[in-house]
Amino acid sequence: MPNMSLIKNPMPEQEPLVRNKNFLEVAKGYTADMAIDEAQRCLSCKNKPCVSGCPVNVQIPEFIEKVAEGKFAEAYEIITSTNSLPAVCGRVCPQESQCEGKCVRGIKGEPVAIGRLERFAADFSRENVTEKKAEAKIKPETNGHKVAVIGSGPAGLTCAGDLARLGYKVTIFEAFHKAGGVLVYGIPEFRLPKHIVSAEIENLTAIGVELITNAVVGRAMSVDELFEEGFEAVFIGSGAGLPQFMNIPGENLLGVYSANEYLTRINLMKAYLPEYDTPIKKARHVAVVGGGNVAMDAARCAKRMGADEVYIIYRRSMEELPARKEEVHHAMEEEIIFKLLNNPISVLGDENGYVNGIECLRMELGEPDESGRRRPVEVKDSNFVLDVDTVIIAIGTSPNPLIKSTTEGLETNKKGCIVADESAATSRKGVFAGGDAVTGAATVILAMGAGKMAAESIDKYIMCK
Amino acid sequence: MYKIIKKRILNAAGTTLEMVVEAPLIAKKCLAGQFIIFRLDEYGERIPLTIADYDRENGTVTIMFQPVGRSTMMLAELNEGDSILDFVGPLGKPTHMEGLKRVAVVGGGVGCAIAYPVAKAMHAKGIEVDMIAGFRNKDIVMLEDEMRANSTNLFITTDDGSYSEKGFVTDKLKQLIEAGRNYDEIVAIGPGVMMKYVSLATKPYGIKTVVSLNPIMIDGTGMCGGCRVSVGGETKFACVDGPEFDGHAVDWDELLRRGAFYKDEETEQKEHVCRLTGGVRHA
Repeated sequence: MPNMSLIKNPMPEQEPLVRNKNFLEVAKGYTADMAIDEAQRCLSCKNKPCVSGCPVNVQIPEFIEKVAEGKFAEAYEIITSTNSLPAVCGRVCPQESQCEGKCVRGIKGEPVAIGRLERFAADFSRENVTEKKAEAKIKPETNGHKVAVIGSGPAGLTCAGDLARLGYKVTIFEAFHKAGGVLVYGIPEFRLPKHIVSAEIENLTAIGVELITNAVVGRAMSVDELFEEGFEAVFIGSGAGLPQFMNIPGENLLGVYSANEYLTRINLMKAYLPEYDTPIKKARHVAVVGGGNVAMDAARCAKRMGADEVYIIYRRSMEELPARKEEVHHAMEEEIIFKLLNNPISVLGDENGYVNGIECLRMELGEPDESGRRRPVEVKDSNFVLDVDTVIIAIGTSPNPLIKSTTEGLETNKKGCIVADESAATSRKGVFAGGDAVTGAATVILAMGAGKMAAESIDKYIMCK
Repeated sequence: MYKIIKKRILNAAGTTLEMVVEAPLIAKKCLAGQFIIFRLDEYGERIPLTIADYDRENGTVTIMFQPVGRSTMMLAELNEGDSILDFVGPLGKPTHMEGLKRVAVVGGGVGCAIAYPVAKAMHAKGIEVDMIAGFRNKDIVMLEDEMRANSTNLFITTDDGSYSEKGFVTDKLKQLIEAGRNYDEIVAIGPGVMMKYVSLATKPYGIKTVVSLNPIMIDGTGMCGGCRVSVGGETKFACVDGPEFDGHAVDWDELLRRGAFYKDEETEQKEHVCRLTGGVRHA
C-alpha cells in the first residue's frame, strides 16, 4: 500500500541564519528511513510520466521501487545506467519543471521527491558501497576509436562517460586547471559540494576517460588539429562562459564584478578559505543585478562572505523571476533583500573610482512581450540610489567565441551559439556540440541531455563510417 | 606539473628572473605578444605573464618576471627541477606585424622582458626595429645583449644616468621622432604609467602606438571579465581582445585604478610570505 501523504518528506536543512554564515551544504539529505518513506509515495505508474520529463531518461519508478525496498545500491545502479552524474542532478536539477512536474501525485498534493531520492541513492552509494564501485570501475573493453571532448562541464562529462562505456577512448580538454565547468566555478559549495563533483569525475577517469586540464582549444590547439591527431569525432561542450554586462555608465568602477568573476573567485579559487591566496574585497552592501539562479548564487555567496545587506535587483516582479522557486525561497530565508521592479541605470563611484551606489528606476509591468512575460516599463522620474559598495552583474552569459573563431565552417547563430541539429551534429562533419554552447545559458540537466544525445550520434557516426 | 628547466637572474640587483618551463603544448603554438597563466600550487592565484621566448623543438616556454606579489615571490623561490602546478596558454592575440617597415619598441624596466620578444619577432621578419629600453638605474639593466642582437638599434636610458644615457624612454623616443625616424608604429610595453606617458608623448605626432596591457584576470579566456578595459569608449576584455591595444584610445586612469584594486590585500599577503612561510608554502 503506497504512502498516501500529500506532502513530500521535508528536506532536513541547516537553519537559514546559521547557514548564511557558512559554506556547508544547505540541504543535508534524507536519512535511509526518510528515503524509504518517501519512495513509498510512488505509485509506480505504468506509463511513467516522470521519465518523459527527464532529459537523460532516468528509469525513475524502477529506481524508486528499489529505494522503497531498501536496496539502495541497486537503485543507484539503475540511475547510473542512464545518468553519469546522479549526485549532481539530485541537487541542482529543476525537478519541478521536469520529472516531478509530470508526477501523478503532484495533481493532488506534492509530487514524489524524485530529486531528493536520486540524491539519496547517489550519496548512499558514494559513502557506503565500495565493492560495487570497484566493480563499476572496471574499464569497458576498448573499441579503438578516439573521441575528443572539449569542456568538462555537465555536457562534456556526460558525453565522455557515455562514450567511454561504449568502449571509446575519450580525451577531455579543459581550459581551467580543474575539471567540472560550471559545476566547479559557478555553482557554490553550499548547493553542490565540490568533493561530490570530484567523485563523479573520478568515476569517469576510472573507466578510462583521459582528462587534460590547462588545455585551451582555440588557442593551444584547434578543432582541426584534433582530427589531425587521430580523433575521429569532436564534441564541443564549451558552455556559455562569456559574461554579459549592462552597458550602463560606471560598470568598470572598482567593485563591479561579473557574476562569473565573483563566483569563480569564491567557488573555484576558494576565496572564502583563508589558506587560499585568492583576493576578494570585503563587501558590506552588495547589489546583485539579475533574477536567475546565478544571481541567487552570487547573492547568497556575498551574504556568506560577510556582507551586511545583499540586494537582488530585478526589473520584473516575483512572478517572472527566472530562478528556481527553491533558490528564491532559500535566498529569502537567508535575508537576501529583493528589490523587484527596479532597473539599474548607472553605477556610481567616489573620487577614487570605488563603487558607492547604484542608481535605479522603478518599473511597472505592461503588456506581455514575445517571451510571454509582461514587459517592464519605466516609471518616469522614479530614480533612486541604493548605497552599495559592490555590484555583481548576473544578467546572463553567452558562448565563448574562441572555438567558433578558430574553426572554419562551424556555423553559429547571431547570438554566437553553435548551430546543432537534434542529433547534436554541427555544420562540420564529425563535429558535434551540445549544452550551453548551443542553447546559450540553460541548465545542468539540459546540457547533460545534449551530451547524452551527442554520445549516441557520435557512436552512430563512427560505427557507420 | 610543469618543470622548471632553467632559472637565471637577469640583472645585477637580482630583481628580475627568467625561467624556462617545460610546456610543449604551449611551445608548439605560441607567438610573440601572447601570454600564459600560471598557478603555483593548489592555494595559489592564477597569474598572467607574457611569454618572453619559446623553443618549439625542446617544448619549452620562457617567462621573465619581477617578484612583486605573493605569487611571483613564491615562484622566485622555486629552482631548476622544481615544478609549477598549472601553466596554461598561449592566451591572447599575437602581436600584429603585417605591413610594418620601421618600428620603435619601447620597454620599461621589467617590461623589457615583454618588449624584447616583440622586438625579436619583428626583427626576424625583417622589420627595422629601434629598441628603446629604460631602467631606473644601472643595477636593474637586463637583457642588453639579447636586445642588441634582436634590434636594428638599441638605446638604453637610465633615470639617474648611472648607465648609458640619462633620461626617460619618452625623452629618447621624442628625440628619435624629432630626428626624423619615420616610425610606422610604436610599441610600448612596461608598467601602466610608463605606457600611458609613451602614449601621451606620441599622440601629438599621430604615430600609431600599441601597448600591451596586463590587468587583473582569472581565466584568461574571456570568462571572468575582470580584465575589462575601456578602449575608445568601448569595453574590451584584455585577455581575448588584447592584450595589445591602441595606446591613444585606452582609458589609462581607469586601467591604473583597476590594476591597483587589490593593493591592500596584496600587501597583507606579501607580509605573510615573508613572515610565515619564508617563501614557499609547505602544503
